[in-house]
Amino acid sequence: MTLLRPLGRAARGSLTFLRRDKKAAAGSIILFVLLVITAFPNWFAPDDPAAEIYKPGVGLSFSHLLGTTSFGQDVFSQLIVGTRQSVLIALIVGFFCTVLSVGIGITAAYSGGLVDDSLSLFTDVVLVIPTFPLIIVITAYLKNASFWLIVLVLVVTGWSYGARQLRVQALSLRNRDYLLAAKARGESRWYVIGVELIPPMTSLIVANFLGAALYAVLAASALQFVGLGNINTESWGTMLYWAQNNEALATGLPLWALAPGIAIAVLGSALALLNYAFDEVSNPALRPVSSRALKKVGA
Amino acid sequence: MSKPILQVRDLKVDYMTATGPAQAVNGVSLDLAQGEFLAIVGESGCGKSTLLFAIAQLLTYPASIVGGSVTFEGVDLTSLTPEELRCHRWRDISVVMQSAMNALNPTLSIGAQLADACRAHTDWSDKRITQRSAEVLAMVSIDVVHLKSYPFQLSGGMRQRAMIAMALLLEPKLVIMDEPTSALDVVAQRSLMRQVETLRHELGFSVLFVTHDMSVVSHFSDRLAVMYAGEVVELDTTREVFDKPQHPYSQGLMDAFPSLLGAPRALTGIAGTPPTLVNPPAGCLFAPRCSFAMDVCRTTKPELITKDTRAVRCHLVNPLEPA
Amino acid sequence: MSDAVLKVENLSRYFRVGGFRSHGQLHALDEVSFEVASGEIVALVGESGSGKSTIARVLAGLYKPSHGSIVFEDEMMSKQSSRAVRGKMPMVFQDPFGSINPVLRVGHSLLRTLKLHRPDVGKSDRHDEAVALVERVGLTPGADVLRRYPHELSGGQRQRLGFAQALASNPSLILADEPVSMLDVSIRVGLLNVMKGLRDRDGVSLLYITHDLASARYVANRMIVLYAGRIAEEGLTDEVIGSPEHPYTQLLMATAPDPRLPLAEIEGEKDLGEPPKVIDPGPGCRFAPRCPLAMDVCWANTPPMVRLSPTHRAACFAVKAQ
Repeated sequence: MTLLRPLGRAARGSLTFLRRDKKAAAGSIILFVLLVITAFPNWFAPDDPAAEIYKPGVGLSFSHLLGTTSFGQDVFSQLIVGTRQSVLIALIVGFFCTVLSVGIGITAAYSGGLVDDSLSLFTDVVLVIPTFPLIIVITAYLKNASFWLIVLVLVVTGWSYGARQLRVQALSLRNRDYLLAAKARGESRWYVIGVELIPPMTSLIVANFLGAALYAVLAASALQFVGLGNINTESWGTMLYWAQNNEALATGLPLWALAPGIAIAVLGSALALLNYAFDEVSNPALRPVSSRALKKVGA
Repeated sequence: MSKPILQVRDLKVDYMTATGPAQAVNGVSLDLAQGEFLAIVGESGCGKSTLLFAIAQLLTYPASIVGGSVTFEGVDLTSLTPEELRCHRWRDISVVMQSAMNALNPTLSIGAQLADACRAHTDWSDKRITQRSAEVLAMVSIDVVHLKSYPFQLSGGMRQRAMIAMALLLEPKLVIMDEPTSALDVVAQRSLMRQVETLRHELGFSVLFVTHDMSVVSHFSDRLAVMYAGEVVELDTTREVFDKPQHPYSQGLMDAFPSLLGAPRALTGIAGTPPTLVNPPAGCLFAPRCSFAMDVCRTTKPELITKDTRAVRCHLVNPLEPA
Repeated sequence: MSDAVLKVENLSRYFRVGGFRSHGQLHALDEVSFEVASGEIVALVGESGSGKSTIARVLAGLYKPSHGSIVFEDEMMSKQSSRAVRGKMPMVFQDPFGSINPVLRVGHSLLRTLKLHRPDVGKSDRHDEAVALVERVGLTPGADVLRRYPHELSGGQRQRLGFAQALASNPSLILADEPVSMLDVSIRVGLLNVMKGLRDRDGVSLLYITHDLASARYVANRMIVLYAGRIAEEGLTDEVIGSPEHPYTQLLMATAPDPRLPLAEIEGEKDLGEPPKVIDPGPGCRFAPRCPLAMDVCWANTPPMVRLSPTHRAACFAVKAQ
């Protein structure tokens, strides 16, 4: 379908771009490694993370790469298995936030008038609500929130920033002649939005996705750390929760707390590096492509 | 001519691209006398704007001067530091850009922008700044009340004239203009050119004017240089170039204008497109499009040879001596 | 010349201006009437603010008319919804860099137009038809060009593409909104020749909107000079260029730069002024503030159209009927 071609082109363009930009290359390698671990944790985790069968309080050693917890669980296995939750939350929340941001922001920009005014008002209201207190209130009310509940809460509170950004960008593109040309040949409004307006904004939408994913990682980890997530599942946030509650740092088991903390930082950095790199791409991508710039300077 | 105020010698500008350096300006030499109006004409991509910016020392990455010199009143501008250059900017050389809407700050009033320019280059008192701003606006027939207006409140023609006023603030000796008329209607265009002509005669500054539309300068410039693919291919007094173009490219250009008089006739324009500037082909750069191209044109690049006032770069006009 | 392909009568288009509460109306077009016959190019000449682009957009179905009627191929267009009208009179846009979507291949819009407006061309034939269209405007090899992206084409090639796109719906009339203004002078002729070819070879009519009299003279059979939303003068090209009667047309002729002519002297050169923004106008000739021949009646009354010949007319009090 026609939509896939510009996406494919953006993907190819991104690959060459990623090869050249070191920040993007570093970010994508880290993310790739984490994705592999998410998909196949059993390849990497030597033990069942929940099994309390080992000698507790062991430090760095060959049999336990990152030591054990005060319950006798292997920290390294916990870290590996916990990767899945954090990465999936990042990607899933990122995806749904982006879908909402794109849908609401771009429709508002293209429609103009009353539709724009009402959608913008709605976006602004959601934006202004303090997200973190809201998240805490909701999850505290729901006690031991499951994975999907956390996803829902994060999506509902996280889409509005991106919607505003995308709306502004779409507004700047709205009066381009090629949109008018599409309208003049009789295309429907949805066709113009979906096929003519969104594809040139692909880079910006990707940057939005990465930003939302980053937000999701940090917010989800924070929630789980505070104990509002399901403390019986394996994730980096819950590791931090248990480590904190058992005074890991004070009792000589620093790795139990540091390992998940560093892992969260690494995932966050990977997303931030990629985002940073895409930001640089997204601006020129919104203008007519390079040969015009070449002509302008050469002229 | 008596000592020229501007001497460009063998200027070369390269523009970095993904596939290698593009030779945007390839060895251009020009002289400009005091009070002279020199027009540089060519298609998009021929290097005329790059040349202009190189002369004004306004090039930024990825373009840079890689050879040659630009001497203004005896001083080589390419050898100056940015601080030293600042002393020359606006006092000696000022620039009028192509699109006033893009060059004027939309959030500042005209008066504020004129004051900005004054403060950047002089230490005048506020009173003197206001006085001079009013003077230059009057010079370009803009009512003084517009000192308080914002750019969007003025029409296109007025904005362009405000740009010219700004350029004349410090009574420069050379005003460089990059296609200042291209965004204007035909009546506004004419007003602007007339204004420039009147001011030039009154104040005596030289003008370096770049355009892709020769007819705009045909009645105003003293001399005309035709550029193609980064090189000057023809240079002479304006009337001579229009009446007797010698280079096949100039001839093609003259022929590409529909006219308001005479019997209607079919025009063909110039077939083909300009060559790539990254590793350009050997020989004359116009040869692929030239209906008079000979074998030697494809192998040997012609030199720009001057006879009296006319300079032409063409083997047809200046045949090579047999070895 | 056969029947009129397009008949526009008393077409007006107003825009609301000012802030939230104001009721000011900008009269972009006011009571404009003209016809375009089959197989002819009519040039619509005027400066900015004359209303020429507004006419194109109204005819293309991008705006609805405020008053007046548009009859195209004997069908009353002005009563229909915008969606139904779009595509009947396809438009070629001014900006070669902005009028094609940069992330889609060049053939995309052509194929869409064929899908939307040419039910006679079956799905499997669309590609061949697109190749034929592109070659008709001088872009060869067609199949190769269709696969390219816009940034791989030059400005002149993109504008040719614009014409191919307009031809895709097999129209009897194409609206060309300043198609060559943003091109280099040396490339314009190629496009102008494409337009002539469409008229002479294929019998397509064109409404050529421009501010350049010389190019209008080169391609057009008839010329309409617009000023501030009204028609100032209309006639065969030779009549308007050879004996312009309206002072505005004379001003345009005098200011049009032609290197072969010496610089024309214009009376009152200092105060040539600018075209006005016509907001809530009263009666009276809109050109009066700039007109060297303005008389009392010009300020008080709107000048009627004066017939100078069966094909030539001008709206001016200073002109005598023939």
